[in-house]
Amino acid sequence: MYKGQSGMIAWLLHRIAGVAILLFLVIHIVDISLLGFGPNVYNEGIALFSTALLRFISLALVAAVFYHALNGIRVMLIDFVPWCVRYQRSMFWAAMVLTILGFIPVAYFIIGPIFGLHTGNAASGM
Amino acid sequence: MRISTGYGPRPASGGFEAASWYFNRISAIGLFFLVILHLIFNHVTTDVSCTSYQLIALRYANPYWRVYDWLMLTLALLHGMNGLRVVVDDYVGTQVWRVRILWLLIMVTLVLFMVGTVTLITFQPVAGALGPNCIK
Repeated sequence: MYKGQSGMIAWLLHRIAGVAILLFLVIHIVDISLLGFGPNVYNEGIALFSTALLRFISLALVAAVFYHALNGIRVMLIDFVPWCVRYQRSMFWAAMVLTILGFIPVAYFIIGPIFGLHTGNAASGM
Repeated sequence: MRISTGYGPRPASGGFEAASWYFNRISAIGLFFLVILHLIFNHVTTDVSCTSYQLIALRYANPYWRVYDWLMLTLALLHGMNGLRVVVDDYVGTQVWRVRILWLLIMVTLVLFMVGTVTLITFQPVAGALGPNCIK
C-alpha cells in the first residue's frame, strides 16, 4: 500500500527519527541524573554538549524532533479527519518544508558559537 | 495474530493495543509543545554552554520547571518506549523474543523513570553553587 511512495518514506523517516530521539532521551535522562553528584560532576558532563562535535550531532536531533513532531500531526490528521487522507502526500511535503523552516533558525543558534558568532543567547538565565 | 504497525488504521478491537494507540496520539499533542519549547529554551534563548548546575538551581527554585520537566520525562519515555515496542513487534520474528524484549523494555522504562523522577524531586543546590551560570 505504501511501498516506494511518499507515504512509505514518511513512515520510514518517522520511525527512524522516533528511535533516534528515544536513544537520545535515554542518554539525556542519564546525563541529567549527574545533577545528583554535585556541580563539578554535572558541569563537566554537560560541557560535552557545548563541544563542536556534539553541537553538530544536536543538529540531527533537532531535525529529527521537528520532522517527527510535524509528520506526527500529519499522521493524526489522517487518522482522525477522514477527508485528510486525500492530502497525505501534500501534507508530507508540508511537514518537510516546515521541518526545514523550523530547523534553520535553531541550527543557527546551535552551531553559531562554533564559528565564533555571537548569537546573543550565551548570557541569559531562564 | 494482528501485527500493529502503529501507523494507519486504528486498532478495531479494544484492549491494550487500542489503548496504546490512543495513548501515543494523545501524548503526542502534549509532547509537540513541551519538546519544541524545551528545544527553544535550551538551544535558542539560552546556549548549551550556559546550561550548568547554576542555571538548573535558578530554574528549579520555581517548582513549575520541575513539573514541566517531569511531564516531559514521563510522556516522552512512555511515548517513545511504546513506539519502540511497536517497532520490535514489526521486526522480531518469534513470539518468545517479542515477549523477552517487551519485558526488557518495561524494566528499562521503569529504571529510567525512577532515575529521572528522583533527580527532579531531590535536586537541592549545594551551597556556593549559585554563581554565574555560563561555563565559558
